[in-house]
Amino acid sequence: MEIFDILLSATFWAAAVRIASPLIFATMGELICERAGVLNLGIEGIMVIGAFCGWMAVYQGADLWGGVGVAMGAGMLFGLLHATLTVPFGLSQHVVGLGVTLLATSTSSFAYRLMLPEVTSPPKIEPFAVWPVPGLSEIPLIGPALFQQTPLTYAAFAVAGLTALVLFRTPLGLALRAAGENPAAVDAQGLSVTGLRMGAVIVGSGLMAVGGAFLTLSAFSSFFFEMVNGRGWICIALVVFGAWKPGKAVLGALLFAAFDALQVRMQQTPLGQAVPYQVFLMMPYILSILALILMSRRAEVPAALMTPFNKGER
Amino acid sequence: MSEAPVVLRLTGITKRFGTLVANDGISLALRQGEVVALLGENGAGKTTLMNILFGHYVADEGTVEAFGQPLPPGHPRAALAAGVGMVHQHFTLADSLTVLENILLGTGSLWRPSLGKGAARARVEALSRDFGLKVHPDARVGSLSVGERQRVEILKALYRDARVLILDEPTAVLTPQETEALFRTLRLAVGRGLSVVFISHKLHEVMGIADRCVVLRHGRVVGEVKTADTDRHALAAMMVGSEVTPPAVAPARPGPVLMRLDRVSGAGLRQVSLDLRAGQIVGLAGVSGNGQAAVSDLISGLIAPAAGAVEIGGRPVGRWTPRQAVAEGIARIPEDRHKTGTIADFTLTENAILEGYRSGFSRAGWMDWRAASDFAKGIIRRYDVRCPGPETRIRLLSGGNMQKLILGRVLEPGPKIILANQPVRGLDIGAIGYVHSRLLQARDAGAAVLLISEDLDEIMGLSNVIHVISEGRLSPGFARGTMTQTDLGLWMAGHGFADAA
Repeated sequence: MEIFDILLSATFWAAAVRIASPLIFATMGELICERAGVLNLGIEGIMVIGAFCGWMAVYQGADLWGGVGVAMGAGMLFGLLHATLTVPFGLSQHVVGLGVTLLATSTSSFAYRLMLPEVTSPPKIEPFAVWPVPGLSEIPLIGPALFQQTPLTYAAFAVAGLTALVLFRTPLGLALRAAGENPAAVDAQGLSVTGLRMGAVIVGSGLMAVGGAFLTLSAFSSFFFEMVNGRGWICIALVVFGAWKPGKAVLGALLFAAFDALQVRMQQTPLGQAVPYQVFLMMPYILSILALILMSRRAEVPAALMTPFNKGER
Repeated sequence: MSEAPVVLRLTGITKRFGTLVANDGISLALRQGEVVALLGENGAGKTTLMNILFGHYVADEGTVEAFGQPLPPGHPRAALAAGVGMVHQHFTLADSLTVLENILLGTGSLWRPSLGKGAARARVEALSRDFGLKVHPDARVGSLSVGERQRVEILKALYRDARVLILDEPTAVLTPQETEALFRTLRLAVGRGLSVVFISHKLHEVMGIADRCVVLRHGRVVGEVKTADTDRHALAAMMVGSEVTPPAVAPARPGPVLMRLDRVSGAGLRQVSLDLRAGQIVGLAGVSGNGQAAVSDLISGLIAPAAGAVEIGGRPVGRWTPRQAVAEGIARIPEDRHKTGTIADFTLTENAILEGYRSGFSRAGWMDWRAASDFAKGIIRRYDVRCPGPETRIRLLSGGNMQKLILGRVLEPGPKIILANQPVRGLDIGAIGYVHSRLLQARDAGAAVLLISEDLDEIMGLSNVIHVISEGRLSPGFARGTMTQTDLGLWMAGHGFADAA
């Protein structure tokens, strides 16, 4: 039974954690936006712009962390655009989000063509190297899976922990959650709903862009136009799957990534030779949909999600 | 009291919305340890004034001073910091957060590293003990009753050391028992030196709690009296600008039973039997949440009985659905006119034909908008709906005018059975009188009316027969004038049912 061999191999789990990392960044970004009451459908495009900007910055000579910073800044810029249109202007969050995705995606390809007009295959950069955690990486199975990763993967888990901590243990997180539940309550306490929501969308978009940058700076060593490939939409589903809770969302990301890693390996087995490979490609998505249906039935949606708040209006 | 220092002073407040002058040179002073009632009909400018005081709106003219210091306009935080707390009419709580989290929201700096829940919980518990505001700090607000939510709102203000408490229509959503508890809390608070502004149009409550009344009409102060020196009639006259006489209730001439619930159970109801007779108003009294909603849903067809029978005109009904109920001529005035009575972004015309669009206003599957619009215009004219026209979105109407449109919608077809669930909740005196007189007219025209209300005065004033509902059980029917408020109150608290069972 090849499947058990796969499930017991350390490389499989290491791959799952690696595949999950960009999802975790972007899912946390989306979760922060939605907890504050804004659905950010710009996520797909923001991941593309993050992947492009991070890679381009490093290609132009920035160091890797500098690339992460540039990606984050670019994401925040698009976040600012999204936030301005949806929060103070109260425009439809669906339309704005899809618009931001289209704009960010096409901006990336435009900038790419502008900056590298003569290139047929995109230049490579030197990505983040694996940094084994001393000691911990020696543990069998768990060590290679969790502690022989790139620094950006460790950062993804740290960001998830930090997100949970801020959301549930600090006054800022409380105000943010309240803005997504009942903005009038926030306003009545003299806090700015606009400020909180815009801040959430901008920071969240920055994290999405870092998720995108993970693809170019840690997973691959180059930029392709199709590389984000629907991961943003998956992250939106993961937020629902995680019932708007960071911990459960991380589990969801790991689960999805495990399916993804599994399907690649299944293709190599004798079974994989018999079945068209597209069936394996579909597998993580089908299983995600099933898990989503099971998990999200009793989830509590932030009550004011997608509801613009206009001060002074009843 | 007059020697106590002034804690809050409004001077010459004027606020215009376009051509409408909502507040016209209003001045008001509140002294320490005093309860001032701000009285006025809907639209008199009470809520606008308080929103200016609290910084939600910016006044065009005039100043606000708290404890001798001017408050900068437009900054709720400044009002909060100065010790002014406000309990809004529509609570500003987040349902999925706990009581404690709601109280902590916005206290202190946003950038503190920790919420400090332990210390906060102890303080909230102490406050709720001291002021008789019983509520569990870790309960989710969404699971609380309306009365408990209000306690959370008051705790929020007290937690921030509010020394002036503004309550906007605090009793509009409370049962008599909860209102009493609120008043006990307010008296405790005043005893500790807090000052209270109490906005209301329920006169008997104002008489019970306030030291002084300030009456607003059309945005101006039209009177300011000590409560001890006035009475309800004088205040009512001041509010509406003329003497108000409640509609006289002529004796009823009860006819045959039009609708009967026969030992109906389900949705919390326990063997409820109820007769609705032609030409008679049946009042259903009780503390909120004791089964009124189930009775209402049952009669309007939203739920079918789990056991027992519903009979109309002596025949048991078949499949019991809302459409069936409408077809049987049951007119429904729903409890919540915003949620179930109207569709906020539809026009008056569209709202007017919500129940009848299939029969009267369409031909061969096409809407007949001309007929619909004529129907709406007729209601607007005959029911005195104040509005710019039939194409106005109903969201823009005041509660009273919205209710008049609903009244028109349900009464125009000349229904045989009328379900009036809290028909005057949140309306001002003028509109209340209007709704009541229309219900009485319908009764005299031979309709059977079921009036569900938490206001005993309303029940006792209009009903020919009164039932009390408690924990899903229905009391026997008491004829008009045979029971006192106290008697009914005992039934409402569940006494008497033991003997019946």
